[in-house]
Amino acid sequence: MATIIVVTSGKGGVGKTTTSASVSTGLAKRGFKTAVIDFDVGLRNLDLIMGCERRVVYDFVNVIQSEASLKQALIRDKHCENLYILPASQTRDKDALTKEGVGQVLDQLRQDFDYIVCDSPAGIEQGAMMALYFADEAIIVTNPEVSSVRDSDRILGILQAKSQRAVNGSGRVKEHLLITRYSPRRVEAGEMLSVKDVQDLLGVPLIGVVPESESVLQASNSGVPVIHFDKSASGQAYDDVVSRFLGEQKPMRFLEPEKKSFIQRLFGT
Amino acid sequence: MNLIDYFLSKRKKTAVVAKERLQIILARERVDRTGPDYLPALKRELLEVVAKYVAIDVDKVQVNLQHDGDCEILELNIALPEAPSTQPQAQLASQ
Repeated sequence: MATIIVVTSGKGGVGKTTTSASVSTGLAKRGFKTAVIDFDVGLRNLDLIMGCERRVVYDFVNVIQSEASLKQALIRDKHCENLYILPASQTRDKDALTKEGVGQVLDQLRQDFDYIVCDSPAGIEQGAMMALYFADEAIIVTNPEVSSVRDSDRILGILQAKSQRAVNGSGRVKEHLLITRYSPRRVEAGEMLSVKDVQDLLGVPLIGVVPESESVLQASNSGVPVIHFDKSASGQAYDDVVSRFLGEQKPMRFLEPEKKSFIQRLFGT
Repeated sequence: MNLIDYFLSKRKKTAVVAKERLQIILARERVDRTGPDYLPALKRELLEVVAKYVAIDVDKVQVNLQHDGDCEILELNIALPEAPSTQPQAQLASQ
């Protein structure tokens, strides 16, 4: 029986798709059979971030409406053999994601997979509600910034009231806070909310901190999830996130500004 | 930030301001979320009654539900426009 993980945030542009791509890749690299589903009907982007945009033939809505089988629609990742991508429809209406339809597809995936990662769209409309409804665990992606923190709090409220677990009274969705685009230098200067501030405000256990990094853009440029960039801080941070998700103890990294060397100081870089 | 800046700056760091603002707004929104189901309807109907007698500006109405120990306090704050009476504000508290 697979575990369903939703990657959500409320606010757009905080790194949900980047996180979905890297977390699903990390799980697959560790040998778990993993599917990652794009719930952003009409604005599909997971395919680009995963680098499989030219191989999309059928999509999630085709499967829901029985126009294609799940097997036809799932795209096998080119880097990891255990990873499959189910792209969103680019042309349909977001209301095509019905509770029954999504439930059936997830039930089918559950037979074969260890983990199902649901990449939620921004907002709190149908796509976002369906992405979180069936979740067993949730990764709340938050930037250390006022609107993102507020929207995350709103999404936490929805998870606790509107998810299937909440509605059936079958326990809680397990919540994990992931802080992304973190700049230790700006936190030190008092210009950015710290990890502790965000944790105090949201009251959710922290699963990781991903520093603001140039490699995230480079990764999306090239269609390779940033977790594959094992020399970059954000790639390493995502790898830690996956380890912690699987229960390993890993100390938080990248919370302090990088110390500049004497030479760097001299040249002011 | 150098030492001179440090001693010269009297203003609060923006991160501190952000945290304080968020603490207030999140607390308020959580109350709205966890408040009883009848609250929105109660608010609306109370306002309708007041509006029957006084021309009120809905934007200048504040309704708060506070918890104080075992008590719940419903506070209704209505700014009356150009009120001729001595009391510019009507307050209603129920427990």
